[in-house]
Amino acid sequence: MSTAAALVPSSALDQDWRKVFRWGLICGGTLIALCLVGMPVELDRREIVERYLSLGYVSVLLVPIFAGWVAATQIVLEGFESRKQGLYDLVTGLLVGILGGGGLSLLMVALDSWNLRDPLVNWSPKLLRFLTYENGMGFGAASWIITCGALGLAGASLHVVPRVVRRVVAIVLLGLLALSVLESAVQDLSEGFGLEWLADLIYAKKGGLTLTSALLVGMVMAVVAVLTDGRVKAVSNRYRKMEGMERQKASIVLFAVVAVLCIVLPMFLGKIMNELLANVGIFLLLALGLNIVVGLAGLLDLGYVAFFAVGGYTTAVLTSPNSPWFAPELHFGVSLIFVVIFAAIVGLVIGAPVIRMRGDYLAIVTLGFGEIIRLLFMSDWLSPYFGGAQGITNIPGVDLGFATVKGTDPRSVFYLVLFFCAIAIYVSWRLQASRLGRAWMAIREDEQVAEAMGINTVSAKLMAFVVGAVLAAFSGAVLAAKVGSIFPTSFMILVSIIILVVVIVGGMGNIAGVLVGSVVLIGVLGGPKQPGLLQEFQNFKLLIYGILLVFMMLKRPEGLVPSARRSRELHQDEFLQDAWLKGDKLGSDDDEIEAGHVGEDSR
Amino acid sequence: MVGYPSLWSLPMTSDGGPVSTQAISTNPMKRLISVDRFLTFIRIFLVTMIVVGVLAFIWQQIDADNPFARWRNPGARGLTGDQFKGLIVSGLSQGSMYGLIALGYSMVYGVLGFINFAHGEVFMVGAMTGFIASDKFQANGMWESNFLLCLGLIIAMAIFFSTFTAVVMERVAYRPLRSSPRLIPLITSIGVSFFIQNFVLGLFGPATKSYPRLPEWLSKQRSIFTFEIAGTRLLVLAVAAVSMGSLWYFVERTKTGKAMRAVAEDKEIAALMGIDVNRTIVTTFAVGGAMAGVGGILWGLMFRSVTHMTGFLPGVKAFTAAVVGGIGNLGGAMAGGISLGSAESIAPLVILEPLGVPGVSQLKDAVAFTVLVLVLLFRPSGLFGERLSSEDRA
Repeated sequence: MSTAAALVPSSALDQDWRKVFRWGLICGGTLIALCLVGMPVELDRREIVERYLSLGYVSVLLVPIFAGWVAATQIVLEGFESRKQGLYDLVTGLLVGILGGGGLSLLMVALDSWNLRDPLVNWSPKLLRFLTYENGMGFGAASWIITCGALGLAGASLHVVPRVVRRVVAIVLLGLLALSVLESAVQDLSEGFGLEWLADLIYAKKGGLTLTSALLVGMVMAVVAVLTDGRVKAVSNRYRKMEGMERQKASIVLFAVVAVLCIVLPMFLGKIMNELLANVGIFLLLALGLNIVVGLAGLLDLGYVAFFAVGGYTTAVLTSPNSPWFAPELHFGVSLIFVVIFAAIVGLVIGAPVIRMRGDYLAIVTLGFGEIIRLLFMSDWLSPYFGGAQGITNIPGVDLGFATVKGTDPRSVFYLVLFFCAIAIYVSWRLQASRLGRAWMAIREDEQVAEAMGINTVSAKLMAFVVGAVLAAFSGAVLAAKVGSIFPTSFMILVSIIILVVVIVGGMGNIAGVLVGSVVLIGVLGGPKQPGLLQEFQNFKLLIYGILLVFMMLKRPEGLVPSARRSRELHQDEFLQDAWLKGDKLGSDDDEIEAGHVGEDSR
Repeated sequence: MVGYPSLWSLPMTSDGGPVSTQAISTNPMKRLISVDRFLTFIRIFLVTMIVVGVLAFIWQQIDADNPFARWRNPGARGLTGDQFKGLIVSGLSQGSMYGLIALGYSMVYGVLGFINFAHGEVFMVGAMTGFIASDKFQANGMWESNFLLCLGLIIAMAIFFSTFTAVVMERVAYRPLRSSPRLIPLITSIGVSFFIQNFVLGLFGPATKSYPRLPEWLSKQRSIFTFEIAGTRLLVLAVAAVSMGSLWYFVERTKTGKAMRAVAEDKEIAALMGIDVNRTIVTTFAVGGAMAGVGGILWGLMFRSVTHMTGFLPGVKAFTAAVVGGIGNLGGAMAGGISLGSAESIAPLVILEPLGVPGVSQLKDAVAFTVLVLVLLFRPSGLFGERLSSEDRA
């Protein structure tokens, strides 16, 4: 692949054919796989632009754009002269797209001539209808080859067009997509503010933007994009450069705005949106806890759901009158004390045996513990105490005197979650800079060195387990109060892994990253059982979580919102390589090199 | 001791305030010992439980109406000899399957030093392929008329698809990460595992798929050395033994095997000796995948049902087996698998039931994980010793 960058092609047709075929095959294969998994047909129900474009088509159309973009990317080592990108790369993108479209056409022919419905559940006439637009094979094949070629070309042209154009196009397209994805949220919000007419203007009755509104909104966005070009970056740079009092002031203002939004916004939102926010909050709380264990202390705990279960079951046993063995019917607030105690004990008991194990053994053993706890709650042995598979029902809400928090009123649940999240954010923020937090980070980076520096690694790691356990147990307690009943099936290993994805996609070791991760993933795609904004994704979200996890690990292990220190750790090799390549410019001034990279990360 | 805390007392946080020194114990030695004490307590507790359980079982076998049994397990009848033999046989056949999967974990860990969490999914792909093929064979009647040919064909197909999955996985997900910190490929493999599970779910749907029935002449009960053993289990044992034998020959007696051992020992030096490291690593994944494919078919023949989640628990247990036998140690992986399978089938009835735990069969999986914890507490390098790069042989 890298030969493409080094060799200067003599003409646009002197392609690196191996690369073109490889990416064409990948593009076609991905398209076929997508169709056979059933994504396009199922997502076809969701309209993006009314009657013209559905989410199903979007999911297919994105593939050639991406493939074209990647195939036309040049691999350039720093310090080498590279050729200017132009017609050559456009041809690459076009060819890759055409090959992809060819793959789809082959699939169409196969769909038409054989019936493989038996093992492949999505091998259906519906898929064929989706692909041919009900206009016959020839038309379908030709249109897909042309469309995919054009999109591959478009993807490749992202490298060629001037920056402003790229920016405007990206903002308009992503903005329109976001607007239609957020449809229910926007409608809910406009109803709350009494602005129904606005929502009616933008969205069609059956869902999706209307064509005129899409064009209109797109134009507005384009204008905004041109006007704000460079400003956003300038503002964030200015914020970053502030120091001392000034920065503190700006942070306080920022924080106040966010806090007021969090408190005021739910009042104008309807039930469904508040329910969504409450779910996001519950998972955010879990993710903040896991962030301490995985992100700060570097202990890959795959059985994190165990602590979630402990919190939920403790609350259920102590507050529910239906608890089979011991039902003191305490108030939620009182039971919280016991939740903290039990979570800490379980954290210590699970933590102690695993604390000296190698990182990867620790992952598997904690996974085992997570599974054991679920099996125990489910077993006949403990069912006289915890209700077995029937679980514990009839858990009362939280009686605050002036209001009751319960699942039927998701707004109150959201405020309760918000309260715990605020505590968790404060705790993780204070811990990060504290002696304990620095000890965790030192252990994450190199345990032996940390120990040599006098850190008591055993107790620091145990503390990480305990703090993480307590936060997860709070989340479990809120879940119990929200749902009103608790079953062992709510605590599958799946939950641990989804939270791990949230933390990793957002940015390990960074509170802002975890916030972004849980809002984007849980809010849009949904949790293990809870639907998100895109309910149509219900069947595919786990698939997408898997892809995201692999993709992030390969391309951006530090997450969407990285913590500067963590990304320095992860990209050490590249930094060293860069430093070596730039060697004659910077000499041996290590500080300067490092400072340069910190700047690069935070961009 | 005086210098110890003072090295630490650099009071500063980002906002310049003093830091609480209480967060980390001021007397680390004491804390260290208390953790160790706790671990010793856990060790003693677990061993006592096992010993008491076994003794209670023996007492129960001698006299079902003894005082301990009246207290903990009233109505105990003890196990008959045939029941006990049945447990051993089912433990052996289940264990040999775990062993086949464990080989893949062990080899990859030996060569690359990370847990390929998605290996259970490779096994599942094998089982799924076997289902699809055998279902088609049954539809055209070949399954009954020419069973052995069908069996050979489905094993070949399962090996092909499992190997393919494992190799693609290595190429796409693991090769770019070869030099990253150890946990990164592990997390990636969790993602891969998630992806494969849900991809298979999307392709073939969520329904449980059942393998066709084995022909009568094969599945009937046979009596060997007074052991009543179902033909299916005999088949499983035989296939596992053959695969294990050929793997041993491959790793110990062929040139490629030698290259694999060399790469496991030291990649750089192996490369200097003219070994194609990339190719050898791919071979390792391929061989592990093939073994998992065979395991998948055996699973399908024995339990006759497969879903997209089939790979998860056997995968984790097979990893346990690899650790039990000593990771990187091929014979150990097989032995670990057999010990784990036997422990899983025997322990609930022999240790837990005499202690008065009801519904013991539900705790099978919990027993497997407890074995993992026990082994890591007592002998972290496994029963037969690890063979990682620091050792003499790979």
